[in-house]
Amino acid sequence: MRPPFLTMTGITKRYPGITALDGVNFSIGPGEVIGLVGENGAGKSTLMKILGGVVQPSAGRIELDGDEIVGLTVPRAMQGGIAFVHQELNLFENLTAAANIFIGREPLKAGFMKLVDNKELSRRARPLLDQLGADFDADTPVAELSLAEMQLVEIAKALSLGARLVVMDEPTSSLTASETERLLTIVAKLKAEGVSVVYISHRLGEVESCADRVIVLRDGRRVAELAGREIVAGLMIRHMIGRELRTLYRPPGAAPGDAILELVGIRTSHRPGQEVNLAVRRGEILGLAGLVGSGRTELARTIFGLDRAQGGEVRIDGKPARIGHSRDAVEKGIYLVPEDRKRSGLVLGFPVRDNITLANLGAYAKSGLVDRGSETVEAERQRAKLDIRLPGISVDVGSLSGGNQQKVVLGKWLSMSPRVLIFDEPTRGIDVGAKNEIYRLMRELSDHGVGILMISSDMEEIIGVSDRVAVMHEGRIAGFLERADLSEQAILSLAVGRSGAHEA
Amino acid sequence: MKIHRKDLGLLVLILVVGAVVAFINPRFLSPVNLSNTSNLIGLFGLFALAQAFVIISGGIELSVGSIIALLGVIFVDLIASTGVPWAAAVVIVIALGCLMGLVHGFLIAKVGLQPFVVTLCGLLIYRGVARYYTDDATAGFPFGASFPTLEWLTTGRFYGIPHSLIAFAMATIIMGVVLHRSVFGRYLYAVGKNEEAARYSGICTPCITISAYVICCGLTAVAAIFIAMYTRSISPSSHGNFYELYAIAAAVLGGCSLRGGEGSTLGVVLGTVLLQVLQNLVNLLGIPSSLNFAVMGSVILIGVLADQQFSRARMLAKRKKALGGPGLPSAAVVQEREHA
Repeated sequence: MRPPFLTMTGITKRYPGITALDGVNFSIGPGEVIGLVGENGAGKSTLMKILGGVVQPSAGRIELDGDEIVGLTVPRAMQGGIAFVHQELNLFENLTAAANIFIGREPLKAGFMKLVDNKELSRRARPLLDQLGADFDADTPVAELSLAEMQLVEIAKALSLGARLVVMDEPTSSLTASETERLLTIVAKLKAEGVSVVYISHRLGEVESCADRVIVLRDGRRVAELAGREIVAGLMIRHMIGRELRTLYRPPGAAPGDAILELVGIRTSHRPGQEVNLAVRRGEILGLAGLVGSGRTELARTIFGLDRAQGGEVRIDGKPARIGHSRDAVEKGIYLVPEDRKRSGLVLGFPVRDNITLANLGAYAKSGLVDRGSETVEAERQRAKLDIRLPGISVDVGSLSGGNQQKVVLGKWLSMSPRVLIFDEPTRGIDVGAKNEIYRLMRELSDHGVGILMISSDMEEIIGVSDRVAVMHEGRIAGFLERADLSEQAILSLAVGRSGAHEA
Repeated sequence: MKIHRKDLGLLVLILVVGAVVAFINPRFLSPVNLSNTSNLIGLFGLFALAQAFVIISGGIELSVGSIIALLGVIFVDLIASTGVPWAAAVVIVIALGCLMGLVHGFLIAKVGLQPFVVTLCGLLIYRGVARYYTDDATAGFPFGASFPTLEWLTTGRFYGIPHSLIAFAMATIIMGVVLHRSVFGRYLYAVGKNEEAARYSGICTPCITISAYVICCGLTAVAAIFIAMYTRSISPSSHGNFYELYAIAAAVLGGCSLRGGEGSTLGVVLGTVLLQVLQNLVNLLGIPSSLNFAVMGSVILIGVLADQQFSRARMLAKRKKALGGPGLPSAAVVQEREHA
């Protein structure tokens, strides 16, 4: 390994009452891939913000190419070749890929009129995208691209700026298995070209497969540096949480009962040509796997009454049920914990209490007037039960961390009487500790007779949590897998449409 | 009712402006002037309150002025020319207002048109219909026509307090309870803040939106009756012109956000009062009345600017307290802190 071009020594960041980073050392050489792992709050983001010049450290030394840099700023970091690919992409969806790559640096023509030279723009963008193996045209509007393709645009933008180091923060949290695979090959490609990568992810399997070195942070301290054969998930987890995680799977308390929710020949408006048949049984966790775009979220929306079914029947406890609106679903005890909790799950700007009671407000009201007292009682109950960590139930729900926000969404439904709970990507962007609490809750609910349908793109989660898995492919159920037959291989072959789930 | 810092600031502003005007021209505090001003506050307050409902739901109602003209014309015509008993005419006019709201709400919530467009068309249509209805002539009561009870109800005084102000106070209390205490009110704020999350919570969001427009136009119809009885003659091309803008201005001054989900009845009351005090100021201080709108516009602009600066300063102070440094606006930092 060539000597590092970037070294950070003794980086400390203190906020009043808390030390976010405590004497962290970090260095990276050309073409090196470093996995940066740790629970949420361990200090990963703060460290990267210091690296990007967004936050100034309280103490410590940053050296770039051997020169000490005092007071690193954002432009200085960019100039030094440090680029970020964020979890939430920062692209203009109404512009083309090429226009996004060269935003602010457009080639011009027509002299003083300063018109954008679109031809030149795409001519310059094309090789950058080709280099990354993109199979879409530089003139494609970003709105038409998939999330994975948008990420390529971000990376291409970084490369066009002459990046030597690309920081990827949870790059695969919204990607499917095959897209993740492709991103990992891109990381390898960058590495081969001498570009360094800092790879931040909760998905330790990916870190295992791409990192040369792994740095583990816990409570603002660097607790371990792993290299070579030490890079295994179990060890990383042990350092991250300071204890070994028991296996994810918690077996159910009893054998599953009768079907509680049945879909018979359901056609979604997304793919009206395909029929979906499946049953969620009382007391089981049914995983719903599939590639992004296979229609899982659309199916959930249809069951929950947000989209109208184009045909087929929903049966609850064996009886046909008419669900024309989300209100019908809620009345029948079918609840949805949506994928995007900030947009669909919560009313940001509302207090935690009001979010918890929102779906069942009538129960806290006498003759149409809300009784704040009984609302508070229920919200406090959910807060204690779900261990939602917050200063008080009247704080804005937007100020909570992802894990606690997700618990508020759950609290909203658990304050009522769920029969079927549909989880859409229940733990996306949530740290390991909170993840486990959510899995524990799922099992507790299912043991109390609630049917659980869990949509997830996270293989570890699907295999680790489900009692049974349905795999979707292009709008229909490609097959079911019992717990004993669960493997990444089996799920993937069904998800990509190879019917031979058993051929391997 | 919780008193927000914003409302308090507005109250102080009203008192300061009032004190200055009273100091320069003591006539400001004369019973006649106070009574007149409070009458106007009552009239304008009714439809400003109506507007607030729609704004909180995340929409806007631009046809307020035209509704006031059209329903005013119809009301006067009903009782003066066709001999419909005035009580029946009141019911008919309010029902018509609700119907207009229903149509607006339906087009917005069910058909999916933008509130601005729908209500802009309403503004044009109702104005045109009002002018056609009267052949562009002024509608008024024939000589000698008299409706003592109706006149007493709408333009009478109770110990010098105009009934319009009392009606406004009653409407404020009722709507305040609806907005701040009822299930419907909570849903209205939820829909205004995040319609999608409301839908994902099983709330019938189109019902809420439509109700907001029905309440808005219904209450505007009540205002239309009071205003018609106050002016007694209605020239359909100018009656109620720009009233929608008064209503929006009062709501925004009172803390409603045009993005929806924010605002309070108390704020709207204070906003209305401030606007009328300003109008009065223009009259009493001998400022050319042609400058009327300019004064109002400037004060609103200054008010909104000041509010934004104050809340930004408060945010920064809060953040500084939380982070102890000039931390950049970053939710992640806050998030990390909470975890650690």
